Amino acid sequence: MAGRQAVKVYLDLVSQACRAVLIFLKDNKIPHMVENTAIRKAQQKTPEFTKLNPMQKLPVLEDNGFVLTESDAILKYLATAYNVPDHWYPKLPQKRARVDEYTAWNHANMRTHISFIFLQEVLLPFMGQPTNPEKLKKVLADLDGTLDKLENMFLKNQAFLCGDDISLADLLAVCELMQPMCSQRDVLKDRPKLLSWRSQVQSALSDSFDEAHSVVYQIREVHG
Amino acid sequence: MSLEIYLDLFSQPCRSVYIFAKKNNIQFDYKKISLFEGYQYSEEYGKINLLRKAPAIKDGDFCLAESVAIMLYLAEKFHTPDHWYPADLQKRARVNEYLSWQHSAIRIHASKMLWFKLLIPKALGVEIPKEKMDNAIEDLNASLNIFEEKFLQDRPFIVGDQISLADLVAIVEIMQPVGAGMDVFENSPKLKAWKDRVRAEIGAELFDEAHQAIIYAQEAVKTMDPKKMEHFKPKILKYFLS
Repeated sequence: MAGRQAVKVYLDLVSQACRAVLIFLKDNKIPHMVENTAIRKAQQKTPEFTKLNPMQKLPVLEDNGFVLTESDAILKYLATAYNVPDHWYPKLPQKRARVDEYTAWNHANMRTHISFIFLQEVLLPFMGQPTNPEKLKKVLADLDGTLDKLENMFLKNQAFLCGDDISLADLLAVCELMQPMCSQRDVLKDRPKLLSWRSQVQSALSDSFDEAHSVVYQIREVHG
Repeated sequence: MSLEIYLDLFSQPCRSVYIFAKKNNIQFDYKKISLFEGYQYSEEYGKINLLRKAPAIKDGDFCLAESVAIMLYLAEKFHTPDHWYPADLQKRARVNEYLSWQHSAIRIHASKMLWFKLLIPKALGVEIPKEKMDNAIEDLNASLNIFEEKFLQDRPFIVGDQISLADLVAIVEIMQPVGAGMDVFENSPKLKAWKDRVRAEIGAELFDEAHQAIIYAQEAVKTMDPKKMEHFKPKILKYFLS
């Protein structure tokens, strides 16, 4: 779609979902402008931002007047609008269904646990607020169960989560699994199969991966 | 090559798949399962869906979980009318936006109400502490507010003039608290009007048939065998009350 104006994305790279969107834009060389919106400064709660997104969440995409929230929807929209390589969001129904299956499952499984861990290990201590070690223990156990499913149900003996090639599923999953690195926690450290998968994904994404994760690396340095 | 659909209509995402398939005259082998009896933990079901949730489908050799993925797949395979999942990029994005948001919002809060107000007290014999109940109600109201103000606004349906998968997924979730005698529609004329439109579009008969389990939930709970629920009582209590 040459000749159209660049899209605008409102992002804070501390967020897993925001990183996935940025990596996708960069990796596919989709012309874009980034509006850095700092969650720590509550910039997503300003009246101006609230007008853009009443849910006060990130990421938000603005494509020449069309405003879209929710990273799943944004990634699927960009994949189709910009005619990116098919492997990201395959057109073949059974292959596409696998990616849709993952993006749906991601919400209540990976994202929920990962966000809670981040809250307990990074956010609350940063704000000087009390944490809940009991619940954190339970959530870490839940995450363990989720990682079992990731390995046995999604990855199995494939190179990537939905088949032989990287897709939106791998992108979303890897950004989630990088989040605990902020508190120097590698949730994959005892899982060789998933470690190998993560390596493959990082290789496939090279520069855009590291660029998007610079904030995570910074927080990791400061933490502990 | 037959299409098998594994459903327990007590579950919201099962209802959306059931309604979608029936409304579109999709031929399928209805595999009725009971989540309360723990069928999802069986070895047999593990071959269909390792995530051990419902709904799931088996289309020939192809197994698929997650109601949203299932409906998108069926929409494509059976060439259902465009309004369900529009080909127009921006309309489709709006449907995807709702389908994504609802996972962590309405789905959680609405289904929690059925557990809190009916299943946990009546079937498991455990009372919910007042603070937890109040928070749950507040969360549900906040979600419904966002639903009305951001997703529905002044439109007849979420994406415009016609019903889509977004409305279908929304309605089955918002019906869940009704099972506990909590009519969320009576507080909002806008929500009630939308529900009536959705029910009419789906067809009152199909809508009511799919919701039998919910409409009669309070009755059904009286005849539930507490012994059958014992096996997952600790899990439920840990999940909701820890």
